Amino acid sequence: MLTAYRFIRARDRIMRVIFLSCAVFSVAALGCICVFLFAGGVPFMLKTGLGNFFGTVWNIHTGSYGIMAMVVASLYVTALSTLLGVTLGLFTAIALFKFCPEAAVGPVRQLVNLLAGIPSVIYGLFGLIVIVPFLRERVSHSGIGYGILAASLVLAVMVLPVIVSVSLDALNAVPKSYHEGALALGATEEQSVFRVVLPAAKSGVFAAVVLSVGRAVGETMAVIMVIGGSPVMPRSLFQSVRTLTSNIAMGAMELTGDPAAALVSSGVVLFFFTLLLNISFSLLKGGAPRAQRRAQKADT
Amino acid sequence: MDEKPVIAVRGCNLYYGDFRALKDVNIDIAAHEVTAFIGPSGCGKTTLIKTFNRMNDLVEGCRITGEVSIFGNDIYAKGTDVTLLRKDVGMVFQKPNPFPMSIYDNIAFAPRTFGIKRKSELDGIIEHSLRQAGLWGEAKDRLRQNAMGLSGGQQQRLCIARALAAQPKILLMDEPTSALDPISTGKIEELAAELKAEYTIVIVTHNMQQATRISDKTAFFLLGEIVEYGKTEDIFSSPADKRTENYITGRFG
Amino acid sequence: MLKDAHKRQILKYAALRFASRAALVASLAALGAVIVFILLRGIGYVNMQLLFGDYGPEPSIRPALFGTLYLILIALAIAAPVGVGSAVFLTEYTNTKSRLSRVVRVAAETLAGIPSIVYGLFGYLVFVVALGFKYSLIGGGITLAIMILPVIVRSTEESLLAVPLALREGSFALGSSKVRTIFAVVLPCAAGGIVTSLILAVGRIVSESAVLILTVGMVVNKMPSSLASPGTSLALDVYYFSSHGYPRQAAATGVVLLMLVIGINILATALGRLLGKGELANG
Repeated sequence: MLTAYRFIRARDRIMRVIFLSCAVFSVAALGCICVFLFAGGVPFMLKTGLGNFFGTVWNIHTGSYGIMAMVVASLYVTALSTLLGVTLGLFTAIALFKFCPEAAVGPVRQLVNLLAGIPSVIYGLFGLIVIVPFLRERVSHSGIGYGILAASLVLAVMVLPVIVSVSLDALNAVPKSYHEGALALGATEEQSVFRVVLPAAKSGVFAAVVLSVGRAVGETMAVIMVIGGSPVMPRSLFQSVRTLTSNIAMGAMELTGDPAAALVSSGVVLFFFTLLLNISFSLLKGGAPRAQRRAQKADT
Repeated sequence: MDEKPVIAVRGCNLYYGDFRALKDVNIDIAAHEVTAFIGPSGCGKTTLIKTFNRMNDLVEGCRITGEVSIFGNDIYAKGTDVTLLRKDVGMVFQKPNPFPMSIYDNIAFAPRTFGIKRKSELDGIIEHSLRQAGLWGEAKDRLRQNAMGLSGGQQQRLCIARALAAQPKILLMDEPTSALDPISTGKIEELAAELKAEYTIVIVTHNMQQATRISDKTAFFLLGEIVEYGKTEDIFSSPADKRTENYITGRFG
Repeated sequence: MLKDAHKRQILKYAALRFASRAALVASLAALGAVIVFILLRGIGYVNMQLLFGDYGPEPSIRPALFGTLYLILIALAIAAPVGVGSAVFLTEYTNTKSRLSRVVRVAAETLAGIPSIVYGLFGYLVFVVALGFKYSLIGGGITLAIMILPVIVRSTEESLLAVPLALREGSFALGSSKVRTIFAVVLPCAAGGIVTSLILAVGRIVSESAVLILTVGMVVNKMPSSLASPGTSLALDVYYFSSHGYPRQAAATGVVLLMLVIGINILATALGRLLGKGELANG
């Protein structure tokens, strides 16, 4: 009898260690990622010199590994897609919140959730067979469809589901009493939504923006299929260029020596950028519940 | 009574962080009796019965001093096997908390914990426990059905059966009828009266009539102290303390 | 004067309301177009040769179907136990305020925010270079496991937290040890949510391509002979076909991938509803 209980106690202790090691696994994985990335990338950055590394010429054959052109292209694509995606997504969320038939909200939400899970290569393929030809034939003067605009449009569609669902959650989280209070003061439905509810949902909307920026910066496959792929400084919306991510993927098949190290280094840059986004996102998220709690307190 | 007390508490203080929930509690609880703990909310009665099976261990920042012994063993002594203690001291909670599994699996839970695997043996324990809890007639044809399908009163009797299946010696009941309708409450009270032949029962109750109906002894709690403890008739007919009198006559609480 | 201002206000808000409705229509049109165009373009080219044929002059996605299956198995074999175990530790052994759980949460959140191409680089550096596996399904699978881990941890944690405390108390009061409480009460009660989260993780694995391009090698024309051999996946095939002059096969593979992902999502939702119902009704 006594040995049985000793066994139970030992088993408890062993399982605790096992669960603990599972939990520590994430931390260890993150540590490994940092170590391998930095060990692979930082020495190369130092060897090339930060000035050259952030230079504008990328030419594997002459041994120039400046990533500036890619950084600029990434920034353009991110800014443009976020602008498009957030505008469209936010207005869509507002329509779903108050200005559409009640019965439509559920199905639309389900559709949006479903689309949030669709692979990025599918969005890329859509860009390739629909957006690029359309731009080439109808919009571009140069007869080129590839480039920053195509990538931004694809990404804007891709981040739409995320923006719609996060913004809608944020709007729904605003206490009903705000809306009712505004109506009671003689505001119209529209005034109340745009002047009272939307500002109250501000932090949630910002979170949606940060999320979509993160996805746009990090997205590789949807971009690579519609951006062209020339490592040159962007001068036009319709011009074959590369983003940081597509640069890594395109070089992937010929990874050896310096080019490989250069790609890893741009991975380090990307990593830092997303880290920054992460931090600002958790700051925003930390702020949002607090604002809500305040609101609820004021509500009671 | 010269028989040894089943539960003996000496100079017991219990703290939740800085809050002192029990103040110098002393009490002896005798075998084969129903002892009722009464008192207003937050007076420490639930806290005290939870020290009897060390459920307070689960509460963070909970600290206890003094001595609680059960069958003469200090249960807070080093090396006490808490699982074994809880096998001997069963507990029924305020809200019925059957596991979301079949009635059979609910009752077999404790026997399985303690290594009983043979089906014939388990079947016997299950029938016996359900009969003890007065649920056999209602449940015998649906043992494999989910326990969540039972009514609230049936769920609570299932929880009693589940506790009895561990073959405890003491049964703690923490306001077991507070979530139930009057008919289910009546059944549980009858049950308590029957079960005291085999078990020692400690029941926390909000309901003073319940205490008079089923208990042999009553302890009145106020602000973490036991104000008065004695035979139930005495407490309710001629309370010694003014505060007890005020409470039982409904002047506060 | 006042009347004019009022009129302007009314016009302005009417315009905003119109804009929001127009945006709703535009969003639905855009998202609908993604599905409709892929289906229209590709469904006619989904045939037996493409699905199950040998890779010859006519391409086939059979290697990709197997590659995808292997990747799912490898990634889940690692991420499911580690993720669930990690969630158990966070909910059952620590409180949310403890330092360790905060560190683990920050790490998981950071992992969740890393772009998949960076995971790809990591997988490349570790498995292809440092461990000398070359391009392999196993390397890609392990990298994917790390990528989906935070998702599994987060959603499993939510399912575990939804299990009422009263059930844990009930179990402890019957003399159960912590381990027995976890395995006999907590995990079974949370099973619905955990299974749903694992299925959604499968959706992520199937959708992923950037990680794999750097780790499994995109060898589209050979059946993988073992887990250590290089391979491909459905998503990689879509990219490969579209960039190597097989537009029809790209669209057709897109249809297969799309159906698979939609199927997985519907399965997850349905299962979540089915298993979530009734179980904790009284909780």
